[in-house]
Amino acid sequence: MSRRPEPAQDQDPVREHLSPARALEIDPLIEDPDTRIVVCCGSGGVGKTTTAAALGLRAAERGRKVVVLTIDPARRLAQSMGIDSLDNTPRRVKGIDDSAGGELHAMMLDMKRTFDEIVEAHADPERAAAILGNPFYQSLSAGFAGTQEYMAMEKLGQLRSRDEWDLIVVDTPPSRSALDFLDAPKRLGSFLDGKLIRVLLAPAKVGGRAGMKFLNVGMSMMTGALGKVLGGQLLRDVQTFVAAMDSMFGGFRTRADATYKLLQAPGTAFLVVAAPERDALREAAYFVERLAAEDMPLAGLVLNRVHGSGADLLSAERALAAAENLEDSRIVDQPDGKAGLRNSPDTYGSSESPARNVTDGGSPATEDVDGAAPEDEPTATDGERSVERLTAGLLRLHAERMQLLARERRTRDRFTALHPEVAMTEVAALPGDVHDLAGLRDIGERLAAGRAELSGTP
Amino acid sequence: MSGKGGTGKTTVAAALALALAEEGKRTLLVEVEGRQGIAQLFETQALPYEERKIAVAPGGGEVFALAIDPELALLDYLQMFYKLGSAGRALRKLGAIDFATTIAPGVRDVLLTGKACEAVRRKDRGGRFVYDYVVMDAPPTGRITRFLNVNDEVAGLAKIGPIHNQAQAVMRVLKSPETAVHLVTLLEEMPVQETADGIAELRAARLPVGRVIVNMVRPQVLDAADLELVGSVSRPAVARSLSSAGLGGARRGGHAERLVEPLLAQAEEYAERYTLETEQRAVLAELDVPLHELPLLAEGMDLAGLYALARKLRGQGVS
Repeated sequence: MSRRPEPAQDQDPVREHLSPARALEIDPLIEDPDTRIVVCCGSGGVGKTTTAAALGLRAAERGRKVVVLTIDPARRLAQSMGIDSLDNTPRRVKGIDDSAGGELHAMMLDMKRTFDEIVEAHADPERAAAILGNPFYQSLSAGFAGTQEYMAMEKLGQLRSRDEWDLIVVDTPPSRSALDFLDAPKRLGSFLDGKLIRVLLAPAKVGGRAGMKFLNVGMSMMTGALGKVLGGQLLRDVQTFVAAMDSMFGGFRTRADATYKLLQAPGTAFLVVAAPERDALREAAYFVERLAAEDMPLAGLVLNRVHGSGADLLSAERALAAAENLEDSRIVDQPDGKAGLRNSPDTYGSSESPARNVTDGGSPATEDVDGAAPEDEPTATDGERSVERLTAGLLRLHAERMQLLARERRTRDRFTALHPEVAMTEVAALPGDVHDLAGLRDIGERLAAGRAELSGTP
Repeated sequence: MSGKGGTGKTTVAAALALALAEEGKRTLLVEVEGRQGIAQLFETQALPYEERKIAVAPGGGEVFALAIDPELALLDYLQMFYKLGSAGRALRKLGAIDFATTIAPGVRDVLLTGKACEAVRRKDRGGRFVYDYVVMDAPPTGRITRFLNVNDEVAGLAKIGPIHNQAQAVMRVLKSPETAVHLVTLLEEMPVQETADGIAELRAARLPVGRVIVNMVRPQVLDAADLELVGSVSRPAVARSLSSAGLGGARRGGHAERLVEPLLAQAEEYAERYTLETEQRAVLAELDVPLHELPLLAEGMDLAGLYALARKLRGQGVS
């Protein structure tokens, strides 16, 4: 009988096969002075923000002057970077290793303030006040569909044009769909250019209702319909807003276009972040396809939370069988009381055997009465027994880990088969959350190493 | 049904719809984020903007599904209330529909919640409700209060007129005792934190908080006593134990001996996670909301798993 643990059927060959054609090299990417913007995108809950922060820290500690722009309203980045509050301006992160001459700054997007700033920068004070006070504007800027995405891109453009940093790492909004931030600026741009604006503007420009007669019938029907649906007062708010914003529209359009071009520029690198789960990788695949369609430069895929095992030669099946072996012997033991462990001395031959021998020699009947719950008694025998119990548990835990591994590999395999051209780096799963710079640094190292090994044999 | 991204709220929403459909009831599962997650779960084709039967529950209940497309919902709405057939099409050409459903403040959310509320209130000819329950796979926890409360906001923005009335009607349904906002979480710090924040926001907005469903709970493999032993156990003893289970030699360099460290390392990771999970359970317990747990399905999510989760929910009296 062979005692040699055999490699599980589906492992080594699969792992070989699964290695993507290209490994994503993080360090050359973030060290390259030509890389000016890194955009982290992906579906919610895959560790985008953490990845962005870890990349920023790593780049800074390798000598670059970095700003990390995060959009998530949660206090996550703030916590991990030791900053009390991230407001709409970049703050220097303290405690990084700046021996290579780098700096790390971090900021959290405040979309309302970003919008307000645009208005203030592009309109004279009186008009700006009118816009800022308009109820329609207040709702729009406080974060309805698309505003956050648009403002994120706007802020990116601002940071880039200040030219104070040589690398900007952007986290993308937790959108309904990961693609929204690409679409929102365009959508807003086309809306601002569109016919609708002219219809809305028309009455306000020519002096309210009195002007209606100058419009053609179709247009007045439109406004009529809009009024019917929206209610007259809301329509008037929208019209005043649009009229006040009129002078700024050209600027909006230009900026949206400029940001879009910035994303396509060679200095930009997109990283799609995912976890080895079906939905996250499906979203990642959409994203890869979409970026290609938009001529956006994809650097690769960051696969977070990948599990590994230091004992991956032991398959789930063998581990379970062995666990059952150990548990079976315990079940057999139960009816006999502790005497059942009589075989153990051969295996263990430890100092504990005398105690057991005494037990063995004792009257079974007495044992049964006294030791109604044998496991609860901390005798030497139970010590042995609890090691076996623990070992069985360890094996079950391992079997579970191996099943998870196999599932993750299958999921990843599906993605790799669809997109063999996408370079990939894997980040091993951590048992807990990241709270500090040391944790982020650790993630950064895993990102750069690119291979998910068991997170650490302490 | 809401929850942080990645917690499996679509899955839990679908399982709840199935659980509620038992005993001949009829439920409608509504999708509002255009991801077609429901179709994928039920292994059917992409759902159109149309109510379709997608599953039969044990005991003869039925689950219908609807993926709400805001653009079509708006045209639908215009047609229903204003008979704007051709004007609707013209509005679309102008970009007004696109504007209304993507950029205009809240219109999209009003339409989505409005359509769901219409399904809730719909009655058949005999005056009975068409659906016994409507389960919405809603936006994530971070946006849920805003999403549900948008009607209040819009009602404030449009102070008179049909949108105002519509928004008011929707808010009456959402704030009634017949509505419950359930939140899905994992036993991890961020989702639990978001759940706590979400509940506080919902309560502040006086929206009815339902239950918290902890999803993907991993089975307990090692108990506290085992974990205590992990740090102190004699390595050779574990090696001998592994060897006796048929996994090779316990001697130094033997196969069983070489398994010891990696296996114990995995156990230490497990211990760390176990401690975190215990802490998170305690945080959840303080929320003063009924808690339920659903297990992690070892084989991944499929249709059979969905029915299994529905049974679990039912067993825990969620429905």
